[in-house]
Amino acid sequence: MQDAERIAAQAVERHRREPSQLLQILVETQDGIGHLPAASLTRIADLLDLPRSRVEGVAGFYSFLYTEPVGRYRILFSDNIIDRMLGSRGLMESLCRRLEVAPGEVSAGGAASVDTTSCTGMGDQGPAILVNGLAVTRLDEGRVERIASLVRAGTPLVEWPAEYFRVDDNIRRRGALLGEDFVPGAALQAAMARGRQGWLEEMRISGLRGRGGAGFTTAVKWLACRDAPGTDKVVVCNADEGEPGTFKDRVLLASQAERIFEGMTLAAWATGARQGLLYLRGEYRYLLKHLRAVLALRRAVGLLGARILGEGGFDFDIDIHLGAGAYVCGEETALLESLEGKRGTPRIRPPFPVTHGYLGRPTVVNNVETLAKTTLIALQGGAAFAATGTPQSTGTKLLSISGDCAYPGVYEYPFGVTIEHVLEDCGAHDPQVVQVGGASGVTIAGHEFHRRIAFEDVPTAGAFMVFDGRRDPFEMARNFVHFFAHESCGFCTPCRVGTALLKGYMDKLASGKGAKMDLADIEWLDRLLKNASHCGLGSSAPNPVIDTLIKFRPAYERRLVSLDFKPAFDLDAALETARRMTGRDDPAAHLDWREEV
Amino acid sequence: MSDSIGMPRVRVATTSLAGCFGCHMSFLDMDERLFELVKVVEFDRSPLTDIKHCGPCDIGLIEGGVCNAENVHVLREFRRNCKTLVAVGACAINGGLPAQRNHLDLGDCLQQVYVKRDGIEEGGVPDDPELPLLLDRVHPIHEVVRVDYFIPGCPPSGEAIWKFLTDLIGGRTPRLAHPLLRFD
Repeated sequence: MQDAERIAAQAVERHRREPSQLLQILVETQDGIGHLPAASLTRIADLLDLPRSRVEGVAGFYSFLYTEPVGRYRILFSDNIIDRMLGSRGLMESLCRRLEVAPGEVSAGGAASVDTTSCTGMGDQGPAILVNGLAVTRLDEGRVERIASLVRAGTPLVEWPAEYFRVDDNIRRRGALLGEDFVPGAALQAAMARGRQGWLEEMRISGLRGRGGAGFTTAVKWLACRDAPGTDKVVVCNADEGEPGTFKDRVLLASQAERIFEGMTLAAWATGARQGLLYLRGEYRYLLKHLRAVLALRRAVGLLGARILGEGGFDFDIDIHLGAGAYVCGEETALLESLEGKRGTPRIRPPFPVTHGYLGRPTVVNNVETLAKTTLIALQGGAAFAATGTPQSTGTKLLSISGDCAYPGVYEYPFGVTIEHVLEDCGAHDPQVVQVGGASGVTIAGHEFHRRIAFEDVPTAGAFMVFDGRRDPFEMARNFVHFFAHESCGFCTPCRVGTALLKGYMDKLASGKGAKMDLADIEWLDRLLKNASHCGLGSSAPNPVIDTLIKFRPAYERRLVSLDFKPAFDLDAALETARRMTGRDDPAAHLDWREEV
Repeated sequence: MSDSIGMPRVRVATTSLAGCFGCHMSFLDMDERLFELVKVVEFDRSPLTDIKHCGPCDIGLIEGGVCNAENVHVLREFRRNCKTLVAVGACAINGGLPAQRNHLDLGDCLQQVYVKRDGIEEGGVPDDPELPLLLDRVHPIHEVVRVDYFIPGCPPSGEAIWKFLTDLIGGRTPRLAHPLLRFD
């Protein structure tokens, strides 16, 4: 235990006893110990002068933080519907069998724990797992067998075959962003030559809208932050790409980090910010080293730090914060809370982050792709950028395509591309359903494949999951409902309880015990979640159910037994213990389901 | 309520399943309003009438959760016969106090009470067919049949029950607002 306290204390000191660094301190403490024992939390609370409950509250919030011992090898299977379609469930059973451990538990001797986790952003090369936080891709029976023996032998991760950890970019279609080489500093020079005001004007002309899903006009956000009172402004890059089925930010972080950091610096030039933060989702931890190296390089050549490119008064630098497995932190105010070392509970808006953001300071929060795109505007000008796409959705959009298609990967299209065009390009032979925008997005049926990817038609943060005729839209929706129930932050009752109830109804239907009444209840719950939730997680949680109930209603109806009501449990089986205890088997000792009303 | 001359009276049945009759006591707490009520309501099966089986009714009020086979039969009889079925009180809505046994194994409970308990000489779990068998868990009534309305409270006040019934009989969607809506 003293060891745990020492490791915790060292982590606190590394972060200069800064309470806003609590999440990073907890991540590092756990790295040293394996989990977060009670004594370490007490020590951290003491040193940071925080209430113990606050520290425990944060430790308990994030999926990748453990307050109970876990296996020396923590193996988490990505549980998105796409991983499942690639056979993740069978592989997980196989691994559990080989390691003699039940899902969610720790094996005897503490060698391994095996569990599921939300989508890890490897839909183009799944099934995927995380081993002690590092991504392993393209799992198959052979790899499972080999991993089981590596775990049994206690082989350190650094000695595992490097091939297992290989993550391919799978860029299949290149447009303006992915197609052109980028010289670090070139965009910044161009923007600085225009002056701060001139640069903002180019941004305005470009019509660039946020690529994280909401589609807010970036120039308006930057302008509002610039004009907000306060001199300590902040630029935040949201790299918490948690939407199931999305992985384009992963590819940008891996292959276009210079553009992303330059985009953040361009935002700083426009707004006068001096501090930058990139919030990297825990699942992408394997990219941390690379990103830090790029940052160091940029500092070395004067693209970050004091007097950027020799310009007096232009000081800006970037830190990377690591998330720890919480989808809700992709919501910008939850992300800010998390950056401040708190639970990722979304804030009430207004005030908006542009005036009251990180630590109450004026803050710009932009998506990875949005920031990368600003480098194009700096280099080519706003008008050239606006020349592609549609009038309301300018430029290109990266799509993360996965599921039943020959060529999963990242595709860059001008906005306005039709869904059928995309399906043809990615080699989808028998597409029946496309889920655009991830679990919270839109379910597109065959008769709508002529629709276009654009903010004014089918908006998307980038996920594009293809399902062919073998798949069941109900199971897709059920998978997403489980995801939301797991990821609900628990702050507001409509979402915390509503997602759990919705999960219960979907499971009841899946077990063949559904009745007409349940469909009515589901629709009522959908409305409740949509209208009463505190943030977008709760209000978009019923989307897959609402859409599939409209477009694939028979997938639900065929699961119903044609009764007014059917209990989710077997009443006669519920009498079994009492029958056994009393030795009775007379007619009154049974309940006939046919008498159900 | 007073404007009911010539209108057929609304037929109401009530019962207590795994409950304590506290909700029925609360019903009686309407006091002098009961006289108003019986002008528009007649009772079918209920502890107030001692009618043993429920006939066709407009409204069924259920107190208590479902803990044994007999509760299931009674609840199904109410559902079959009542146009509108109402869960009254904490136990009907959540299982309430009787559901505190849900985290215990039923077999262990029966052993402890009827076999192992101090002072029991020739113990044995009662097996008389007259006695309804216990379900392994106590369920709220909406997990066994369809339920139309819920009146929370432990118990809901006489005032709340009065407000609810007068809304329902008057054709208004029942609406309990603070301070009538409470869960304790």
